[in-house]
Amino acid sequence: MIERKMTDILSKLLMHFVLLLFAVLCLVPMILTISISLSDEQDLVLNGYSLIPRIFSGSAYQFLFKNPAALITSYWVTIRTTFLGTLLGVLFMSMAAFSLSRKDFAWRKPIVFYIFFTMLFSGGLVPMYMVVTRTLHMQDTLLVLFMPIMINAWNTFLLVTYLRSISFEMIESAKLDGANEFTIYLRIIMPMAKPALAAISLLLSLRLWNEWYSALLYIRDPKLIPLQYWMQRVMNNMQFLLMNQDMMGGGASSISMADLPTQSVRMAMAVLAAGPMMFVFPFFQKYFAKGLLVGSIKG
Amino acid sequence: MNTIPKIRKRGGLGHTRRNVELLILCLPVIIILFLFCYLPMPGLVLAFKKFRPLEGIWGSPWLGLKNFGFFKSTQIWLVTRNTLLYNLGFIVLTPILSVAIAIILYEIGNARQIKAYQTIYFLPHFLSWVVVSIMLYAFLNSDQGFVNGIIVMFGGERISWYTEAKYWPFILIFMGLWKSVGYNTVIYYAGLVGIDPGLYEAASIDGAGRWKRTIYITIPMLIPLLVILTILGLGRIFFADFGLFYQLPLRSGPLLPTTDVINYYTVRTLMISRNYGMGTAIGLYQSVMGLVLVLITNWAAKKVSGGEHGLF
Repeated sequence: MIERKMTDILSKLLMHFVLLLFAVLCLVPMILTISISLSDEQDLVLNGYSLIPRIFSGSAYQFLFKNPAALITSYWVTIRTTFLGTLLGVLFMSMAAFSLSRKDFAWRKPIVFYIFFTMLFSGGLVPMYMVVTRTLHMQDTLLVLFMPIMINAWNTFLLVTYLRSISFEMIESAKLDGANEFTIYLRIIMPMAKPALAAISLLLSLRLWNEWYSALLYIRDPKLIPLQYWMQRVMNNMQFLLMNQDMMGGGASSISMADLPTQSVRMAMAVLAAGPMMFVFPFFQKYFAKGLLVGSIKG
Repeated sequence: MNTIPKIRKRGGLGHTRRNVELLILCLPVIIILFLFCYLPMPGLVLAFKKFRPLEGIWGSPWLGLKNFGFFKSTQIWLVTRNTLLYNLGFIVLTPILSVAIAIILYEIGNARQIKAYQTIYFLPHFLSWVVVSIMLYAFLNSDQGFVNGIIVMFGGERISWYTEAKYWPFILIFMGLWKSVGYNTVIYYAGLVGIDPGLYEAASIDGAGRWKRTIYITIPMLIPLLVILTILGLGRIFFADFGLFYQLPLRSGPLLPTTDVINYYTVRTLMISRNYGMGTAIGLYQSVMGLVLVLITNWAAKKVSGGEHGLF
């Protein structure tokens, strides 16, 4: 009996250890990044990075906000695409999911297949590029940053799975009262689907907030560069400057480089880019366990 | 929504009216998927053509199989090998780690702790690959990086991480898992919450311990979800998670032997050499291989489970 208790305690300890270890792995990179962004540049260059700033300094953020035009432009692009894409995407996907969750919808199966097939086969990068640039002429528009991303088969099926769990009798009784399908969707189903809608909204807004690939392909206009892509370009330019400095072996350029807090600025950018989403998360979290289950497609 | 006029109900046509209304609700999704998923598909004929911008896709001359000449280059085999090995690593390791952690969370059973852990585990999923690449740079940059700092502290030599290709398979697998395991843990945990507690009670009465309960109840309950995610993963095995391979190595040339993947190769054919025919041909190769794999694994999963599990 005592032996059994001992192994029980040991296995509990081991389980807590695994959970804690993984939590530390998730958190340390973020703590390090924040710490570097708040550190003094000279100290970083001399003594390397540390998990807690040895000398506090806000100079990296000051540097970024000294010429904030590009930063603000890219923030504004990202805020608009995230907002519009999430709103329209979740609206359209939930409308379709409502229809597809109805067993009495005659065209359910062909439409499910139509959506499902996009998960299995695609035209690939080049034909997509052709359609966007030559057929739809959407290069250098805000639309291209969210339209192709906002509808996604997987998320639609997540919603279908959730909506199926809502009782059919509710719908039947509403119909007897003379409601049409649009009213049923809007007045009855949507309020009941809040957990799933919240989960999908979060996933989609994350996806849109973090988007840089479509900008890499389709955006040349500096006014339409989203946050993540702007950041990638700044990183690139810094790398370029640093390499040039190495090649010249000091000299004139290294003096100007010393003034530029490159280490802490990089990390400050990362903090500014990731920060807003971190604040949003707690509001969505309680819906997560319920909203994320997908069943077999045919069901 | 309120402005949509009410269609008057006519006897006998109730079914048609309902179907039309439900179809209208599907239209936005149908149209957008048509534009961005189906409209590009006919463009695949470019794989067999020499693209001339002025003549368009349909006017350009046929080229037979010449665009598939990339199969003769050693590079395509290198990027294919890299893509397949990385994805295989993820397909195997992600579910093992995520399910293990989800089960441990479930066994702990303390609501407060579960919520805290879930929040923390989900955080890496919040970051874009650009942000992760900056964080990784904090660890690996050769002068001030955190990792080299530790190596030097223990008397070792600094490693120039961004020029030594041999370390990157481990780095990229680790980072890929770092970003995805937490998110998958949350999904599998959601799957576990749905299990009927009665099953566990019955098992306890029969004297089953923690291990037996996990092996005979928990894991079998997760199998449908595992099968779906694995089949989908295999369907994407020829497509790398582009950001991981494009952003994290900071596009450093010396790292390409171990970090180059098919997607990056295609992007270069499109953006740099502007070889549309070959780019399309590579995409066709990826899509067809993915489709074949999905069909085979789905068939196999159904065969093994006697038609019970599978994606479709």
